[in-house]
Amino acid sequence: MLKVSNLNVHYGVIHAIEDVSVEVNDGEIVTLIGANGAGKTTILHTITGLKKATSGNVVFDNVDLLKEEPSKIVTHGVAHVPEGRHVFVDMTVRENIEMGAYMYKKKDKDKMIAKMDEVFIKFPRLKERQNQLAGTLSGGEQQMLAVGRALMSDPQIILMDEPSMGLSPLLVQEIFSIIKEVNQQGITVLLVEQNAKMALKVANRAYVLETGKIKLSGDADELLNNDEVRKAYLGA
Amino acid sequence: MTKLIQSLMYGLNLGSIYALTALGYTMVYGIIRMINFAHGDFIMVGGFTLFYTIPVMKNMGLPLWFAVVVAIGVCVVVGVLTEQIAYKPVRGQGSTTALITALGMSLVLENGALVLFGSAPRNVPPMFSLPTIELLGASIPGQTLLTLAIGIIVMVILSFFIKYTKLGKAMRAVPEDKVASTLVGINVNKIITITFAIGSGLAAIASMMYTTSYVSIKNELGISLGLKAFVAAVLGGIGSVAGAMIGGLLLGIVEILVKVYMLPGTYEAVTYLILIVVLLVRPTGLLGKAVSEKV
Repeated sequence: MLKVSNLNVHYGVIHAIEDVSVEVNDGEIVTLIGANGAGKTTILHTITGLKKATSGNVVFDNVDLLKEEPSKIVTHGVAHVPEGRHVFVDMTVRENIEMGAYMYKKKDKDKMIAKMDEVFIKFPRLKERQNQLAGTLSGGEQQMLAVGRALMSDPQIILMDEPSMGLSPLLVQEIFSIIKEVNQQGITVLLVEQNAKMALKVANRAYVLETGKIKLSGDADELLNNDEVRKAYLGA
Repeated sequence: MTKLIQSLMYGLNLGSIYALTALGYTMVYGIIRMINFAHGDFIMVGGFTLFYTIPVMKNMGLPLWFAVVVAIGVCVVVGVLTEQIAYKPVRGQGSTTALITALGMSLVLENGALVLFGSAPRNVPPMFSLPTIELLGASIPGQTLLTLAIGIIVMVILSFFIKYTKLGKAMRAVPEDKVASTLVGINVNKIITITFAIGSGLAAIASMMYTTSYVSIKNELGISLGLKAFVAAVLGGIGSVAGAMIGGLLLGIVEILVKVYMLPGTYEAVTYLILIVVLLVRPTGLLGKAVSEKV
C-alpha cells in the first residue's frame, strides 16, 4: 500500500536518510523506532511532502507522492499527525476539526458533518470543549484534537509522529488504545515513537532506524525480544 | 461640543483610512512575518489610477465609481506582482533580507511613479459631490461621512470573511501553523498570494477614501501614509486584524484632536511618540500577543 524505496534525504550536506526502504501493508500498524535524530520524523515529513527527498520513491496506492504538491497529499488518503501536535492554538476546537475537512468540496458537506459526528463520538472531551480555543487544552486533549483533525480527511493511512510525547503514563495508555481503535476501523497506521516498548506492543511490524539507516526490521513481537533492541531501546 | 463632534468625525474619517491601510500591513505580517513597506506605495498607485481613470469614466459617460474598480484591479496586480517577483524569491532568507527587499520595492514604486507621473502634486477630481450634513450642530461634508461609512462597511465585511468563510479560515490557519495547514490540504503559497491581493485591494479602497478627503496626491504619498498606518498596526498589535482597525481609528482621532486642540504642527511628532511609547511599554500592541519562540 505505502512503499518507500531507496529513499535518500539531505539537510544541506548532512545525509539524514540513507537508502531507506519501508513498506506498510493494508491494515497494518507499522512502527519506526530509533534514537533521537535517527531520521524517523524526516521519513514521515518526506512522505507528506514537508521535506524534499534527494532520491528514491514513495508510492502510495500507485500515486508517486514525491511528485505531488504537498497540500494535495491528504487528498490521496494520507493523513499526518505531526510531532508536537501542531493544532491551531488561536482557533476553537471545532474550527480545528473543520480545518481537517479543508480538502472537502461543497458537495461533500454531508460527509463532513458525518465525520465530525464520528470524531466527537470518539473524543467526547473535544465535543464538550468545541468552542474553546485549542491553545487552552491540555497536552493530551491537544493530541486527541490533532488525531481527530487528521481523521476528518477520512484517511486510508495515518502517519503518527511521537503521539505519546510529553504525556503522563495514563494518557500514553489512552493514546495507544486510540491508535489500536483507529486501526481496527480499517485505517493503516505508520507510527514513529521513542517509546519503543509501547510502540512494539501495539505494532504488527517494526523498523529500527539508526543514524539514517534501517538497522533491523521484522515482526514487532520478535523485535520486542531481540537482545540488541532490548539493550538499545527498551532499557533492559 | 460642536467642535468636538466635528473633530471626532474627521478623526474617524482619517482613522478609517489608516485602518484600511494598517489592515494591509497586518495581514501580510500575520502570514509571512514581514513588514511590507511597499504597502503605502500601493495606495499611491491607487491614487494615480483614480487620477487618470476618473476623467476617462466621465468622458465615456460611465459611473465614476467604476474608477475605483479599476484602481482595485491595478493595485491587486501591482501587489501580487510585487509578492511574486520580489518577495517570494527571498522567502526563507531571514527577516532582514525581507525587510530590505520591501524597502527596495517601496523605492522602486515611488521612483517609478516619479518617472511616470513627475513630482508635481496632482488633484484627483471629485467622484461624488454630496451636500454638507448638519449633525448635532456640527457641519460635516457628505463625502467624509460616505468614506467613513465605506471604510466601516469594508472592515465589517472583512471581519466576517475572515471569521466564517473557508478561505478566511485558511488565511487564519496559515499564519498560525504552516506545517499543519499544508497537512490539511491548504496550499500555503496560494493563500499568501491571496492575502497580498486582498491587502492591495484594501489599499485601493484606502486611496479612494484618501483622495475624496484630501484631493492632492504625489509620488511620495505612500511613505508618510504608509508609516502612519504602520504605527497604527503596531499600536493595535501587528498581526491582529481587529487591532489594525482599532489602532487606525484611534490614531486618526488622536491626530485630529492634537491638530485642533493642541499645537497643529506637532501632530506627527505625537504619532511617532505613540510608536515609541508602545514599543517601550507594550511592544505587542493593544490586541497583539507575545509570540514565544518554538524550540
